[in-house]
Amino acid sequence: MTVRDFQQAFDEKIDREIAIEPRDWMPDNYRKTLIRQISQHAHSEIVGMLPEGNWITRAPSLRRKAVLLAKVQDEAGHGLYLYSAAETLGITRDEMYEQLHTGKAKYSSIFNYPTTSWADMGAIGWLVDGAAIMNQVALCRTSYGPYARAMVRICKEESFHQRQGYEILLQMSKGTEIQRKMVQESINRWWWPSLMMFGPSDDNSPNTEQSMRWRVKRFTNDELRQRFVDVTVEQCNILGMKLPDPALKWNEERGHYDFGEINWEEFWNVVNGNGPCNKERLDARTKAWEDGQWVRDAALAYSEKRKERSKKETKAA
Amino acid sequence: MKNQILYTLQLADNALIYGHRLSEWCGHGPVLEQDIALTNISLDFLGQARGFYQHAANLFNALPQADKQGMFLSVTLEEKINKGENIDEDDLAYLRDGWDFRNLLITEQPNGDWATTIARAFYIDIFNHLYYTRLQKSSDLQLAAIAEKSLKEVTYHKRWSSEWVIRLGDGTEESHAKMQTALNDLWPFTGEMFRMTDIEKEMASNKAGVDAAALYNDWKQQVTTIADEATMQLPDSTWMQEGGKDGRHSEHLGYILAELQFIQRAYPGMEW
Repeated sequence: MTVRDFQQAFDEKIDREIAIEPRDWMPDNYRKTLIRQISQHAHSEIVGMLPEGNWITRAPSLRRKAVLLAKVQDEAGHGLYLYSAAETLGITRDEMYEQLHTGKAKYSSIFNYPTTSWADMGAIGWLVDGAAIMNQVALCRTSYGPYARAMVRICKEESFHQRQGYEILLQMSKGTEIQRKMVQESINRWWWPSLMMFGPSDDNSPNTEQSMRWRVKRFTNDELRQRFVDVTVEQCNILGMKLPDPALKWNEERGHYDFGEINWEEFWNVVNGNGPCNKERLDARTKAWEDGQWVRDAALAYSEKRKERSKKETKAA
Repeated sequence: MKNQILYTLQLADNALIYGHRLSEWCGHGPVLEQDIALTNISLDFLGQARGFYQHAANLFNALPQADKQGMFLSVTLEEKINKGENIDEDDLAYLRDGWDFRNLLITEQPNGDWATTIARAFYIDIFNHLYYTRLQKSSDLQLAAIAEKSLKEVTYHKRWSSEWVIRLGDGTEESHAKMQTALNDLWPFTGEMFRMTDIEKEMASNKAGVDAAALYNDWKQQVTTIADEATMQLPDSTWMQEGGKDGRHSEHLGYILAELQFIQRAYPGMEW
């Protein structure tokens, strides 16, 4: 078979919605795009542990503490599935870490915002996980098999997290005036960054067209963003809170909510490293990695010693 | 009854404070898999703490009002009690100050590096395994049930920390040195586990509590076996720190509580 035949076989699979598997031939760019996207997603899970981890030791009740710990642990687990999915494309976890630590690989910009109140644990669950789910549900049918299967598992847990987050806010919104104020203040800070999670608008998204063709992506950024706005407005009403957008209005004709313009300058600034916590997040990850070097070295040295010993024992026997 | 409550609180405080320390690792572990393992262990301890606190709260709420007063030094908690309100697990965890906490000093020691965390876990886990095995037979059926439920986890903890002691001890030169230092540094905090307070003595004599002093030989033997395999030397020093069980703590506990109790203190009396 020539490359052209391989390409044709690949295209046919994509068209017939047959999953691409690790040992199948795939175009170099497809592989590269997936590595970029899956590793970025894995990094987001790992970096995403930090803003929520910030409140584990300060959770206001033992039950909330247990739920939050379990949630952050789930994120580590998601990172693990995703790194494994990316590894099937021929890159190692260490190489991906390297790309994260040197700034070559990106992660979701939302995690570059600080968590300054307990209500943020609710707002992140509700808005950030909610926005992530919009993206991720679509990815459960993405064309690359290992990625799609990882996403199915992740989506189940994410929707659970979203309900937990919403429940935090619901409880607080039924509480005292100061608690309601805390909820509103948190929504004010997280709303716009959550909308930014869907990425640049379609006319500014260079990768969208090819990714749609490959069925790596199933919906455009703007389609998913609109869907998120539509469901979130209703949920916000139940909380008795306001989304911080004066332009937000039901559009009968479109059958959707209209909403205001995203601050793209802020978006690109945070993407390019100027968000409030970019440096802290990356420093924390790098520190964990560097501090852990001697531990990983020891584990490796020990396992090699053991192998060596068991070889000797086999010989002796 | 009062001593049964204080004894239960000692078990609860150990689990809460130690679990809190472990949770500080979340997101900062040396390997992703170990980050997950530690968080899991932290959750186990939090679960144990909740079981013990709920039991302590139930015992307390069943006391006649006159007996309830003056049991805790915490002003906020006393106010609630004086109003005749029932208390719950969160009141006990979030409203008492350090002098009402009865956890072992070892549980509040800082995480330090990975070797320090492992050494602390190693001493505690082997102790817990012996302790919970006995506590399963407690005449207090609630304590027995919590111990029984926890024993599976505790067995895993013991295996996990023992394996790490061996891996670090018998790993590289650097890890060997770090593991030895950590074992040495935490050693003086191990004696307190086996030193019985009057409350513990009373609880052990009426079969509700565990005779911790009687666990020492088994503990020492198990710790030594693992240390040998890890090419580690356990210190011979016999001088030991103590005070946690009587509410006399290190400077660390105050900061743990400042963090742990922050929301309940800054925004009192609210539901979260």
